[in-house]
Amino acid sequence: MNATDIQPPPTAGRVWQTITVAQRAADSADENLWLTAGYFLASMAGVALLLSFLGMALIYIERKVAAHFQCRVGPMRVGPFGLLQTVADTVKLVFKEDFVPRMADRWLHMLAPFLALLVPVVLLALIPYSPAAQVADLNIGILFITAIGGFGVMGILIAGWSSNNKWSMIGAMRAGAQIISYELSATLALLVVVLFSGTMSLSGIVHSQESGWWIWRGHAAGLCAFLIYLVASTAELNRTPFDIPEGESELTAGFHTEYSGLRFAFFFLAEFINMFTVSALTATLFLGGWMPFHIGDWSAFNASMDAIPPALWFIGKTTAIIFIIMWFRWTFPRLRVDQLMHLEWKVLLPIGFANLLVASVVVLTNAYPFPVAAP
Amino acid sequence: MAGTRGLRSSRRALRQPSRPAPRVSRRRLAGVSVAQRLSGRVHAGAAEVSVQVRTLDELLHAPLIADSELTTQEYLVNMGPQHPIAHGSLRVVLRLDGETVKHVIPVPGYVHRGVEKMCEHLTYRQIVPYTDRLDYLSAIMNNWAVARMVEAAAGIPTNYRIETIRTIMAELQRLQSHALWWGVTGMDLGAYTAFLYGFREREIIGEIFEETIGARLTMNYIQPGGLMYDIKPDFAAKVKKLLPYLKDCIEQYETLLSGNVIFQERLRNIGMIDGARALALGCTGPILRASGVPYDLRAAEPYGMYGKVQFNVVVGAVGDCWDRYYVRLEEMRESIRIIEQLIDNIPEGPIATLRYNDDIILPEGLHYGHVETARGVFGVLAASDGTSKTPYRLHFRSPNFNNLWVVTAIAAGWRIADFIAIQSSLDLVIPDIDR
Repeated sequence: MNATDIQPPPTAGRVWQTITVAQRAADSADENLWLTAGYFLASMAGVALLLSFLGMALIYIERKVAAHFQCRVGPMRVGPFGLLQTVADTVKLVFKEDFVPRMADRWLHMLAPFLALLVPVVLLALIPYSPAAQVADLNIGILFITAIGGFGVMGILIAGWSSNNKWSMIGAMRAGAQIISYELSATLALLVVVLFSGTMSLSGIVHSQESGWWIWRGHAAGLCAFLIYLVASTAELNRTPFDIPEGESELTAGFHTEYSGLRFAFFFLAEFINMFTVSALTATLFLGGWMPFHIGDWSAFNASMDAIPPALWFIGKTTAIIFIIMWFRWTFPRLRVDQLMHLEWKVLLPIGFANLLVASVVVLTNAYPFPVAAP
Repeated sequence: MAGTRGLRSSRRALRQPSRPAPRVSRRRLAGVSVAQRLSGRVHAGAAEVSVQVRTLDELLHAPLIADSELTTQEYLVNMGPQHPIAHGSLRVVLRLDGETVKHVIPVPGYVHRGVEKMCEHLTYRQIVPYTDRLDYLSAIMNNWAVARMVEAAAGIPTNYRIETIRTIMAELQRLQSHALWWGVTGMDLGAYTAFLYGFREREIIGEIFEETIGARLTMNYIQPGGLMYDIKPDFAAKVKKLLPYLKDCIEQYETLLSGNVIFQERLRNIGMIDGARALALGCTGPILRASGVPYDLRAAEPYGMYGKVQFNVVVGAVGDCWDRYYVRLEEMRESIRIIEQLIDNIPEGPIATLRYNDDIILPEGLHYGHVETARGVFGVLAASDGTSKTPYRLHFRSPNFNNLWVVTAIAAGWRIADFIAIQSSLDLVIPDIDR
């Protein structure tokens, strides 16, 4: 199913047209190869810029959020509004001694941080930031995301195994068990949205939410899938309350105990970029992505919502999810391993399956509060 | 036994470790008074604690179990001396099978300074500053133990002003210590925000100490026969302003951690130790009280102004990590109550009954003085030859040393994360163990 096949319902105000960078490049391939190459380079540069910008911005945001939660003044002081805090952090990390433990598997030890960073960078290219800003829109988008997303655990497993440290090894084993388990629940939640929207393409999913977001238009099933996805993806991120692979008070620092300086920074960058991609995906799947807030056939209201640029909608929704994930981190204690597994296999997974059933009933009976574009 | 609060509802089935620790029901403990048990007439549970004396080397190099190819292999890891959970320089060797703790071998001694030996060359006044370097979170209370020992042995009188200020300061310090412990427990269980909240309260109380004493951490304030410095005129006003704030803070603690379902899951029914076993191991303080034994030196043998104020001895029911957590939280409320009763009328009078350079010579014999610190009973035992200004031999009975061995007694069978919760709930201060 191609995104452009979806016809917007007649009640919606503006007709949104998604043109990805890949599409532009393909269109120009026949006439001007240089233009195609230009699009190629521009998208690469764009992703690279976004990567570095997100790295800086998310660390800044995290420090500010943490500072406000914890009544700290440090990140408020370095530079105006603490803006130079990230610079200070980066400089400190760059100048730290970079070492590999003596008996460690040297090459794997050095490879692991790059593997960890690979996944979120690939996913950055798939996210629909706005109708005009998306690098590629795969028709198997969701499938690709779940397939690639599971690859991230490789970096952590290799890091823990190659470090020649028992604490790292325990952390890596925990990470393997945790991320692979929670992948199931996250995928089940994604499937609910696929059922609702009838497409796996990300921009198709965004288009399908023109007359209402799935979080509330999918009845309880949409909300339930949203919550499951939020919890499961927080676990995949290794963030509190699911940061047991790090567990800094138990395992010193878990899988990245033996990493210092820039290599450590890569792990953290991967975590932050991952947090962004997870938040962006949650916003895209359940909160309409860049799609403005529409209510059924209220054309005047919808038109006024359309006046706000779609990129702003996307940023707003993503930021809200990022804040929620940070909020988790700075208030929740850490779970224990068996509690974590209990939550996944005995709570989230059964609920996820039941939810999928409920969602299919909703789709079959076409019981939406607002008209839906026929897929 | 005043004010026993039912701290738990044990509706949920107990999660048993793979090697369950022996539990003594409340019924068995009932009918035996604490005084009886302490006097040694009833050795409750003593038979259950088997003491096997083995050297550290034997423990560390005991064969690791890998019977057949079907079993997993045990391995040793060092938790400490540099580990976030060590809270100092304590090394604990864990014998692990996967994530399950099989055996715990504490290896203290990394901050051993020979304080007791040094004290044999010091006058009793000079010993005081050494005590607050042992348990630096109970510095003032530790000072008081020396003061009590010397005052009782040499018959030095004090007055109500001295005792009132001592009590207020000790309770403030207990609040400070428990606030820090609360934060550290939060941090150990992954809630980093709690750590900074606990530290915030600690610093606020520290400022009050700083104004009076001039120090924030190692405060040598209580001297035999009096106090080092008099309180400032606005001391009472400042403390009275602080108390409602601390009450709010405790409510905040409850909101942030106690009410959190993850936090409760991490602490409830973890690391149970029953009262008899705790007594047999020599535990004191909140750990003993959490196991249901209402023994608090402040109530059992009142000193200072404790006999003249109303407060409850808080006890737990099961002796798990949650009880130890909640007993301390309740103790903070009780400390606030004690200060509230004393702060309004601090009597007038001199703050010392001796001149600072008066020599103190204790009569010949053994002299003992003890106080209830934030972590349990801190005692000072001095042997005097009756002629010297210095003790012939001096020994500290520090609460943390006994409390540490709870870990070896109960940690086996739990997971690494539970071990963290257990050790964190013991509230260890390492220099106090090593001396």
